[in-house]
Amino acid sequence: MQPFEYANPTTVKEAVGLLGNKWDEAAVLAGGTDLISLMKDYVYSPKRLVNIKNIKELGGIRADKAGLRIGAAATIDELAESPLVAKNFPSLAQAARGVTSPQIRNMGTVGGDLCQRPRCWYYRDGQGLLASPGGRSLVTNGENKYHAILGNGGPAKFVSASSLGPALIALGATLTLQSSSGSRKVAADKFFVTPSAEGSREIALLPNELLTEILVPMGGTKNATYEVRQKEALDWPLATASVALKMSGSTVSSARVVLGHVAPMPWAATQADQFLAGKSLTEAVAEDAAKAALSNATPLSQNAYKVQLARVAVKRALMAAAGARG
Amino acid sequence: MPEYSWPEQGKRRLMGTRISRLDGGEKASGRAKYTSDLNKPDMLFSAVLTSPHAHAKVVSVDTSAAKAMKGVTGIRVVSGPGTEIQWAGTEIAFVAAASEEIARDAARAIKVQYDPMPHLVKEENLAAAGVRAKAAGEAITGDPDQAFKDADVVSEGSYGIPVLTHCCLEPHGQVSQWAGDKIEMWPSTQNVSGIGGDLSKNLELPATGVHVHMDHVGGGFGSKFNSDRWGIEGTRLSKESGGKPVKVFLDRATELTIAGVRPSAFGRIKVGAKRDGTITAWQSETWASGGFGGGGSPPLPYVFTTIPNQRKNHSAVSLNAGGARAWRAPNHQQACYLTDCAIEDLAAKLRMDPLDVFMKNADVTPRADVYRLQLKQAADLMDWKKKWHARGDSGSGPIKKGLGLAIHTWGGGGHASNAITRISPDGSVEIELGSQDLGTGTRTAIAIVAAETLGLPLNAVKVKIGDNAYPPSGGSGGSTTIGGVSVSTRKATVNALDKLLDAVAPSMGLPKEQLEAVDGKIQQKGNAAKNLTWKAACAKLGAKTISETGVNDPKNPGGLMSAGVGGCQMAEVSVDTETGIVKMVKSVAVQDVGTLVNLKTAESQIFGGCIMGVCGALMEERIMDQQTGRVLNADMEFYKLAGIGDIGEIVVKINTEPQFDKRGVIGLGEPASIGLLAAICNAVANAIGVRVPNAPMTPERVLAALERRNA
Ligand SMILES: Cc1cc2nc3c(=O)[nH]c(=O)nc-3n(C[C@H](O)[C@H](O)[C@H](O)COP(=O)(O)OP(=O)(O)OC[C@H]3O[C@@H](n4cnc5c(N)ncnc54)[C@H](O)[C@@H]3O)c2cc1C
Repeated sequence: MQPFEYANPTTVKEAVGLLGNKWDEAAVLAGGTDLISLMKDYVYSPKRLVNIKNIKELGGIRADKAGLRIGAAATIDELAESPLVAKNFPSLAQAARGVTSPQIRNMGTVGGDLCQRPRCWYYRDGQGLLASPGGRSLVTNGENKYHAILGNGGPAKFVSASSLGPALIALGATLTLQSSSGSRKVAADKFFVTPSAEGSREIALLPNELLTEILVPMGGTKNATYEVRQKEALDWPLATASVALKMSGSTVSSARVVLGHVAPMPWAATQADQFLAGKSLTEAVAEDAAKAALSNATPLSQNAYKVQLARVAVKRALMAAAGARG
Repeated sequence: MPEYSWPEQGKRRLMGTRISRLDGGEKASGRAKYTSDLNKPDMLFSAVLTSPHAHAKVVSVDTSAAKAMKGVTGIRVVSGPGTEIQWAGTEIAFVAAASEEIARDAARAIKVQYDPMPHLVKEENLAAAGVRAKAAGEAITGDPDQAFKDADVVSEGSYGIPVLTHCCLEPHGQVSQWAGDKIEMWPSTQNVSGIGGDLSKNLELPATGVHVHMDHVGGGFGSKFNSDRWGIEGTRLSKESGGKPVKVFLDRATELTIAGVRPSAFGRIKVGAKRDGTITAWQSETWASGGFGGGGSPPLPYVFTTIPNQRKNHSAVSLNAGGARAWRAPNHQQACYLTDCAIEDLAAKLRMDPLDVFMKNADVTPRADVYRLQLKQAADLMDWKKKWHARGDSGSGPIKKGLGLAIHTWGGGGHASNAITRISPDGSVEIELGSQDLGTGTRTAIAIVAAETLGLPLNAVKVKIGDNAYPPSGGSGGSTTIGGVSVSTRKATVNALDKLLDAVAPSMGLPKEQLEAVDGKIQQKGNAAKNLTWKAACAKLGAKTISETGVNDPKNPGGLMSAGVGGCQMAEVSVDTETGIVKMVKSVAVQDVGTLVNLKTAESQIFGGCIMGVCGALMEERIMDQQTGRVLNADMEFYKLAGIGDIGEIVVKINTEPQFDKRGVIGLGEPASIGLLAAICNAVANAIGVRVPNAPMTPERVLAALERRNA
């Protein structure tokens, strides 16, 4: 691990003043469950760490008229255990509970989950975010069973690792990003991006910005998350689907279906949304919606099975949402 | 000569009962110090720089930048210019520094130029291995051609299991200190009595020059017997630093890349049988790799060794990948998988219950009665006959349940072991052995045997192991420890007791032959009223401490231990046919262990073995990248191991019937880990109606098999 400077601010104002204009100048340290391992593996070596765990205003989960406000430094465990979340957003609670191991839920923060880097094994082995040394994709030509099946036409073939991202997008959340020159709000579905160059990130956050809060509107949706996971312990989902349905009677008036772990960013399956609008939800409809969601899939040499898994995730999430209270 | 044989089965107070391990509290609370927890005053840390290439010539090594770094105290280049590297992860240089962080940073600052060469890192496809595959030559028994012609049914299939690593929770490493003409070494080892000699040989010192200490080891599984390059270079760096202790522990990635693997095994297998299930013919074309040295030669057909007609071909494939080390029951898991999956497929083809096919063919195994009994016992515990359905007849919903079974064998005879039992005038008892407790409960077993022998409670006996100044005892490999240490402890303790009886007999006015040690007393046989308390008896020693040795000579076990066991393991799984995800429902393990020493830790061994079977069957595999020649999952994230929620229920039955008990103590660590892997994979085939050829049974493999079935 390269030597680094450590800053321990207690206010947001102080913290953003410590950030830099380039990623290698400073990094936000939240729970450290992702950042520290990247540093130990020499994949990322920022010159300064800005610890945000001592900033009170970044913690906590509360509700007001605008909706549910989640502090960026609230832990994943707080999210998983919050009765407010469980009651209104089972989809988010399920996604949070899915993050494996109590240790990671206790240390990891909501902000950290959204900003975490991909788990692509070539990237983690030091072959670059796009894993294309010399312009040749190691992913396309190599071991890609955990890689993207959607949105993988460009150089990025990894999958977005965040389980909370898809749920927050489906629920129409808004993120607040703060820098020393002010704050801006970004819709969750605009927060995640697919990078096209080595050195860029998978999120719209700039190096000098701090994610401070996530606002989830009280949308009165039926919502659910379904994760396809091989293991119970210490593992990543192979595919997830988070859905949020606005219902009028037994008919879906509008739907948001967002897939996780299948594309370089949480994948808004708009074909499924369109298909579901105006239909009443049966198992057959859910199955067709799942097919629609994956209609554009372009699996790599070893991951066609993930198309099937993602379909199952969509179908089961929809059925769970239909059974969930709105 | 004193009587060494074990007390009769009904008369044992401690042996065979359920006793918690002596160091359980220490371990569960984190107080137990593993070697990787040790930090000595003034200690230096060493890190290793490894080759990123799987096959390359080292052109140049420039250590100047690293040497110049503040805190760096020494660098040793072990693969200098001209060295041909044969696998990624090969050690290039060791750096010692004031902190682990500096050592790692400095190792990265060493500039190495390589001349990369072509490599091969995958063996699944034999044809692609070309000249890297070396055939062992055909072996024929009987007339296989005729037998296959005459067979009513011939079943043929492909099977494979990948390379696994040991993935020890405590990685390989040690602290060592070159102190004058002696080396103090604190290794993480399975071989307390032997590792010092290995190190001194490598350092060209007298064998007695290394003093080894180790209290606890965090897993070895067969991979921790020798001093290794990190032991040798760490010790040399200590010498170069003027005798400061140097700590080297591999990081997780290096641990999984170079600290040993279990070889893979792949093959096409053909089995011929009569309509009634009697197997008449076997043909196997197999290959395996354990790294650059080839390696891996599963004994086929496994357990069903005397199938009358056989044709066997095996090739060893040399890969540019980290080398094999013994891995819990070397070669057996592979052989069991290849054999028992092929026989399950035969049973499915015959539309027979594999339980009946295994029963029917017990006669071609070396212990028909044992297996028949164990198959029956396991089937009862699994409720097999009630739950079993023909392959694929598993109902209409997406979740399918299935059953599978396997049988296995192992040697497990005790190793050479020496023990000293000391009885002091104050009544204290100490046992010393240069052995080690791998987490199996060896400490506890030694205490049980000694306390049983002396008629004392367990806590009256102090066990001292983990130091090569104690009498030498074998390395813990091949399930040889329990036999070795039980016998040496028994003999040393019987000898010591004999001396004690010599001392007390005159004052009790009885010949020593009429005395026995029971319930904390020395008493007259058949007349408990005439007794001396243990303390009073020991006081008769005056100023003299009894110190007696006991030896286990593997060639002359004297009925106290033996070798050669059978076991049967069964699995029940449920498979989500929409996702290909397999979940464990239940496992049953029936195991022969000879004379049982401790029920609780024996069961624990079997739980652990079964859990390793679950991992191997469902999730565990080393994944190599042919482009970079590197291990892609040298971590504990994608090198997948089961957690509590993945294991399901495990039911263990240990055979304690008289015919097993009378054989003496036999090791069980290895057999516990053999059969379940095949049993689980058989259960998957039974559940989904089609064979998934290669383990682990991951969603993509299960879905691919289902697709083939439906096509
Ligand atoms: C074995 C394992 C399994 C896992 N399984 C899952 C899973 O199933 N689903 C899942 O979603 N995740 C999973 N995770 C990932 C885990 O959720 C993340 O590591 C965690 O959420 C990161 O949070 P943290 O607070 O520790 O972030 P850190 O490690 O501190 O930071 C992560 C990144 O986010 C940045 N960052 C953090 N907070 C902010 C902020 N407020 N503003 C700007 N930037 C910020 C950091 O600079 C850094 O780049 C798993 C991790 C492991 C190790």
